[in-house]
Amino acid sequence: MNRIAETFEKLRQKKEKALVGFVTAGDPNISESLTLIAAMCEAGLDILELGVPFSDPTADGPVIQRSSVRALAKGASLRRVLEMTRDIRKKFADIPIILFSYYNPIHAYGNKAFYKAAQENGADGVLVVDLPPEESDEMTEAWPGNALSLIRLIAPTTPVERMKHIAASASGFIYLVSKTGVTGSDGLDTGDIAFHTKNLRSVTSLPICVGFGISTAAEVAVVASVADGVVIGSAFERLIEENMDKPELASIVAENVRKYKAATKMT
Amino acid sequence: MNHFESKQYPDAKGHFGPYGGRYVSETLMPALLELESAYRDIGDDPGFQHELQELLYHYVGRPTPLFHAKRLSAHLGGASLYLKREDLAHTGAHKINNTLGQALLARWIGKKKVIAETGAGQHGVATATVAALFGMECRVFMGVEDIARQAPNVQRMKLLGAEVIPVSSGTGTLKDAMNEAMRYWVGAVRDTFYVIGSVAGPHPYPEMVRDFQKVIGEETRSQILEEQGKLPNMIVACVGGGSNSMGLFYAFVNDPVEILGVEAAGKGIHSGKHAATISAGSVGVLHGSKSYVLQDENGQIQEAHSISAGLDYPGVGPEHSFLKDSGRVRYVSIEDGQALEAFQMLTTLEGIIPALESSHAVAQAMIEAPRRSKNDIIVVNLSGRGDKDLGIVGQHLKF
Repeated sequence: MNRIAETFEKLRQKKEKALVGFVTAGDPNISESLTLIAAMCEAGLDILELGVPFSDPTADGPVIQRSSVRALAKGASLRRVLEMTRDIRKKFADIPIILFSYYNPIHAYGNKAFYKAAQENGADGVLVVDLPPEESDEMTEAWPGNALSLIRLIAPTTPVERMKHIAASASGFIYLVSKTGVTGSDGLDTGDIAFHTKNLRSVTSLPICVGFGISTAAEVAVVASVADGVVIGSAFERLIEENMDKPELASIVAENVRKYKAATKMT
Repeated sequence: MNHFESKQYPDAKGHFGPYGGRYVSETLMPALLELESAYRDIGDDPGFQHELQELLYHYVGRPTPLFHAKRLSAHLGGASLYLKREDLAHTGAHKINNTLGQALLARWIGKKKVIAETGAGQHGVATATVAALFGMECRVFMGVEDIARQAPNVQRMKLLGAEVIPVSSGTGTLKDAMNEAMRYWVGAVRDTFYVIGSVAGPHPYPEMVRDFQKVIGEETRSQILEEQGKLPNMIVACVGGGSNSMGLFYAFVNDPVEILGVEAAGKGIHSGKHAATISAGSVGVLHGSKSYVLQDENGQIQEAHSISAGLDYPGVGPEHSFLKDSGRVRYVSIEDGQALEAFQMLTTLEGIIPALESSHAVAQAMIEAPRRSKNDIIVVNLSGRGDKDLGIVGQHLKF
């Protein structure tokens, strides 16, 4: 069993849901980013989504846009993110690491070389925001194996028939976008999430993680009651932005990981 | 001259050879599939096509003239230059051909709100214009740098009732405006139609925008045949995203006609401050399609530069990349200074003030004409008028 499946199995036994944390790799700089990611893993994060910064993040709201600008200014790139993956894996043997990227950095790196480096450095999966199933063959056909899970996105606009088609080529887990909008948007509709989660369950047995715009522990608890995992991204990046000049940045972020994690426990 | 079978492109998935496609987040995919299906429906609908043709005739003022620029031709000494006068289309540029088609399509689908990105402001004005015509709510995303250098168009959009949303991220130019329009669309996709202004973006936009613009080349072809009884030897158009050029080129790709696309070399390709995406870029994915882009070795998109806001873009439509690789179109580039010279030359010799974008095509034609015989014909697409550029031209020419 791979790390992703093992993680969900362990959580199921403990009656917990997964806390999935997204951070832009290299924000506020590469060494502090590594420090705070370590603190997040130690504080109980279940799955790490490592964001590869991109110059033109069209699916992201202002918070993650700014984090990408900061990371790029400090020299982050896919190459550096893969090195960071290796460093994190050395310290944390079990946490699943998902690389979260736009397609162009991967395309520039080379699909085959990317697969090899991601796998060797300890990544478990990849989510490519702007690579729908219609275009993803060119990437996966270049992969010499299937050791890397391909996390697919399902949106609130995705019809059930299409959900079925997308789920058929997904692995690891499915990322359900909570609302029509960019990352970090306001206005979470938990009724909508329950509806889409139910539809998605009817076409897949993969775990379902819900993300986009979830920022409070109360929201985590509500989403965790219907999904298998909850993704926090912009809320972590906002914390980093607000506290990046403080020496206790890592402990502030870790404190929030504990708070969110507590909300994923169903007992 | 090779017989070029471009007409079979794009394929069913929106690919022009290795280019094009739909590289977007899942939230937008259903809307793109819906758009494609609606676009196929209107192709067969006589009512839709009739209304579009009527509006192109009575509202836009088509066909636009093909003008023989005799004084400029005589001055250059060589081939005869003809100008396709898209600057005389309503709103002052070719952009209206496309916005009219897309607004009719938005109405067909049942969406009453439209958004657009704009660089020089011509596409924004053309979108605001058709939104006024059809009673639609309109938002236009425009970079802060472009708002400053194309102020008259900002005022026009506001007068037309559009909301102009300033975009300050990145370099505050066309690329950033398009990023922001795509972000807004992700949130508003259920009731909003995105009117993309170039042959760029995800499928079906490159095909659809080309089809709404191909009237430029179709008219040019029959006009020159009627007047001269033969095809031109060469056709020339500027290429930013590439809509006016695709519009001109498409009718000629299977003809024995030399085709030139002119990119913006800005301060010179070697200075690094340019927008010559095809001439100096590499293959990548930007704004929903695969094409040539300006990028670094890590796949980060680089800043473009051009004196002309409409060409100041680090991407290009996928069909142009395809035409480049096939060798059917030759892509060259013109620097800021050369474009300014052409701007002045056309203004003083012919009494036509061209847009700075179009001035790049004129500048290339000025290089080509003296090399050719008097019997040769070169057609230049004068894609827009230059009133919007008086501020920036004044700064450079000190008047």
